[in-house]
Parts: sequence; structure tokens; C-alpha cells
Amino acid sequence: MRRVYLDNSATTRVDDEVVAAMLPYLTDDYGNASSTHQWGQRARHAIEDARRRVAAVLNATPGEIIFLSGGTESDNLAIKGIAEAHAEKGRHIITSRFEHSAVMNSCAELESRGWRVTYLPVYADGVVRIEDLREALTPETVLVSVMHANNEIGTIQPITEMANLIRERREAGQSHLFLHTDAVQTVGKIPVDVAALGVDLLSCSGHKFNGPKGSGLLYVRRGVRLHKQLHGGHHERDMRSGTENVAQIVGLARAIELATADLSARMEHCRHLRDRLEAGLLEAIPFVRVNGDPSRRVPGLTNLNFDFVEGEGLQISLDLKGVAVSTGSACSSGATEPSHVLVALGLDSETGRGTIRFSFGKDNVAEDVDYVLSVLPNLVSKLRQLSPRARQILSPETGSPETGSSETGPTETGVAEIGRPASSQNV
Amino acid sequence: MYSSIVLDHLDNPRHVGEVSNASARGESSNPVCGDRMTLTLRVSNGTITEARFLVDGCPPSIAAGSMLTVLLTGLDLAGAERLTPRQLSDELGRLPRHKEHCAVLAIDALRTAIAPLKIDAAEETRQTNED
Repeated sequence: MRRVYLDNSATTRVDDEVVAAMLPYLTDDYGNASSTHQWGQRARHAIEDARRRVAAVLNATPGEIIFLSGGTESDNLAIKGIAEAHAEKGRHIITSRFEHSAVMNSCAELESRGWRVTYLPVYADGVVRIEDLREALTPETVLVSVMHANNEIGTIQPITEMANLIRERREAGQSHLFLHTDAVQTVGKIPVDVAALGVDLLSCSGHKFNGPKGSGLLYVRRGVRLHKQLHGGHHERDMRSGTENVAQIVGLARAIELATADLSARMEHCRHLRDRLEAGLLEAIPFVRVNGDPSRRVPGLTNLNFDFVEGEGLQISLDLKGVAVSTGSACSSGATEPSHVLVALGLDSETGRGTIRFSFGKDNVAEDVDYVLSVLPNLVSKLRQLSPRARQILSPETGSPETGSSETGPTETGVAEIGRPASSQNV
Repeated sequence: MYSSIVLDHLDNPRHVGEVSNASARGESSNPVCGDRMTLTLRVSNGTITEARFLVDGCPPSIAAGSMLTVLLTGLDLAGAERLTPRQLSDELGRLPRHKEHCAVLAIDALRTAIAPLKIDAAEETRQTNED
């Protein structure tokens, strides 16, 4: 059976070149970078070299890069670090309703400690409005944290416009107001330039662009003060104590270089595969909707809703066919709730029940799309055949509502094809 | 997360659909998770000769409905009445704790379906005794 990995927004395969770059720092140059002997100094050199290379890719300076363990730690340090460092200036934070849980829960933690948090709405297009941010800003606001692209639906947010607004406020005297963006889903996927974006802090994670898990960074614009979250040996300019994970840092740097060296080609490759899959599925299967504005997405991601199907059933059925995807709706503890992202878009437990995220990476090929197109329509049809609701609305052949006995087809398992309705609701 | 039995029933659900001219029909729903099941039965001389199901639900609900129809086929009503969610869960290789409500959904549909049959049978017995 063919194996097709279409869950590259969850994580990616580590590039062979990245592994090769990392290995010497696990076996030969394994020194502690704080040590003054030659083992330690080789490790130190590798870290600082990685810092320079990463900074160059992001258009930052090396001193603005803090290496840490990944996106979650980066978001935590940015949000709590700014909030705590500038608490005397104000205790108000603005974020959006569809952030990653690392941002959501960092904000929730601050709320429990007395900060006020405003959650900007997201609309059906999956984009935060600059006007809503303008209205939410107060003299007490110290931080705005909005993701660069959403992890479930891939929509890109107007970060530069937000930065311009924040710069205006700063120039008007609100000097302790900062902008953070979680760029975990964009670094290595689309061009990310911290200066062009105008952000003060930016988080990213190595394993999203063919680097190792356990690697990440926080960009902190020079002069921005934040409060450390780990207390220890003063590593990373005292912002992230703990012996540096040299191999992961080297791996992150190599991965970001590889991803951005041929970024345009990678983007085009992923966009082409995504668009072919999306068009093929919308053509072959009725009652499928794209979540979020299709024109404002990262190239390799599509989030589709299959009506009358439960997401987990479709995800596992695809897994049984060798295809890895993820679902935004899962039933647990007796409650089927779409993810907070889908809820933010206005979907509910009925309309957001059958969402699947397909996310492409550099290693996917056209045959992967062909294979999914060859298996998925039948799986959807099979699952819809089980559904009393689908059988009321879709009917075999005629497209008219089904009447009379609905005993299924000739086989005992009875998986008959449900025909297409007269008009498709595809968008 | 799920047993190979659950995955098999998801991949190859048994007895999908509705029995035509069914002797009994039961519907159940879980208002919290939104899952809904329909079970239809053909009963002949106190024995279930055919059982079919439909469900809007997650993989364990599909497997629970499918496995239930397998267990019911050939079973007498007294045996059907004794089936419990726990037994159904065990037959499926034990559902995860947070998915046990899927077995409850299926057994609820069964109990709703056979309740009128029991009333009919009791009525028949009473009339026989009176005669």
C-alpha cells in the first residue's frame, strides 16, 4: 500500500542534510558550550555560527536570536516575558480567538494572575481585522500577539498592518507596546523578514521545516526588554538558562537555510500539489467546503469540511489506506466540539464536524495527490452511506430526496454509492 | 487508540441500512456529542433474524452499531434484552473510557427498538392466560 504523509503542518521529516549537520555534535564535538576547553569552544563556535546564519535568513542581527526548545517555549517566553517586564505600564494583552494553544494558554495563565486579555474575533475568511485591533488597543495595552498564519486553516494575518498601527501608537507616546507573532507555520514556508513584518518578537519551531523536534527560537528586537522564564546558568544572554542543545541548534540553522534557499520553488511545488488535490476533491465529492479564504493561505495547506461525515472517521479511514492527515474535530468525553479555530470561524458541532487538514511538504509528489484522489471519494461515500442525515439529503442516482425503504445495496455490508445532488455546494 | 476490531468495523461496517418492513425500530442520540443511531430489526418467533443500523457518529459509534447487528442476528429477544454497553465494549476489544458512550448509544437504540416488542409479548401472554 502506498504511504502518503500529508500532515506536514504537524511535523516534518528531518532532512538528511540536517541530520548530517547535527551528528558531529552528538558524537565528536559534544562539549558543553560554556566550557573553556577546546571541546566546549567548538560547540560554542557552532552555536554562534548557527545564530549568525539564522539571523541572516530572518533579516535580524545575531544578538536578537534566542535559541530554545520550540514554538511553545518561544510563545511562553514572548508573552509572559513581555507582560511581566512591563506590568507597571499596563496589564492588558490583545490576541486573537484562533491562536495556537501555546499562546492561548499563556494568555489564560496571565488572566488568572490579573492581566486582562482581549481576544480579537476572526471572521469566516479566517482573518483578523485591523479595525478590531484599533478598537481594542488601550493605553494599558503592552502586548499584541497574533499568529502569522493559522495552523489549522493556513490563513495569513495582516501582521505588517498591525505593526504599522502599533508603531503609530508608539510614536504617539505609548512606548511600552509590543507586537509578537507566532510564525511557526510560516518560517520556511513563505518569506519571513522580521524587519519587513515590523514585529518586535517572533516565534518559530525547527521541526515544521524539516529540522529537528526540540529546536526553536525567539526573535527579540534589540532594545525590547522581557522577563526570563527560566532561572539558572544565564545561558542565551540570561534569557534561556540551560545547557545549549548544540545539535538541535545546528540542525535548526541548517534546516532554515535549506528551506529558504529555494523557497520560491518549494512554495510553488506545495501550492501546485495543494491546488490539484483541492480541485480534484471539490470536483469529485459533493458537499465539500474550503475553510478560510483560499486566496490568503500558506501554499501547502488546505482545510476542507466534508458534510455528513465525522472528521475522525474520515481521518482514520484515510490512515487505514496509508494516508496521514489531521482532523479539526474530535469527539472526547462525550462531546464533539470542533477545534477553537473552527469555532472562531463560526462553525459549530454540526457544520464543523467533518474537517480535515491536508498539509504538503517538499517531499510530496504528484503521485501522492493521485493516490488520495483515488481513495478519498469512495471513503467519503462509504461513510455517508452510514449516515441517516446524508441519506435524507443525498440520494442514489436521482439527486432527489430518498423515500421508502433504504435497505442498502446488494452486498451485506451494503456500501452503495450515494449519487451527487443536482447542484453541488462546493466552493 | 482503537482496537483492531473497531478499525475493522470502521473499514468494513456490517449490516448497514434499514430493514424493509421492520418488526422493530429504535433511534437513539447523544445530545452532547451529536451522534445519532437508527437500528431496525426483523423478528420472527421471538428471534431476531435481521438487524441493520445507520449512524451519524465517530469510529467507535460506527463500530458499536456494526458489532451490535452482528451480535443480534440469530439472538432471541431475551438475549437481546440482556446485552449491556459493557458487553458491547468488550466485544469491540474494550472502547477507550472517553468513548464508552458510543456503546451506550447503540444499546439505547436496541432497548428503544425492543421495548414495544416486550409490551406486545406481555400483552399476548396476558390474553392467553385470560383465555
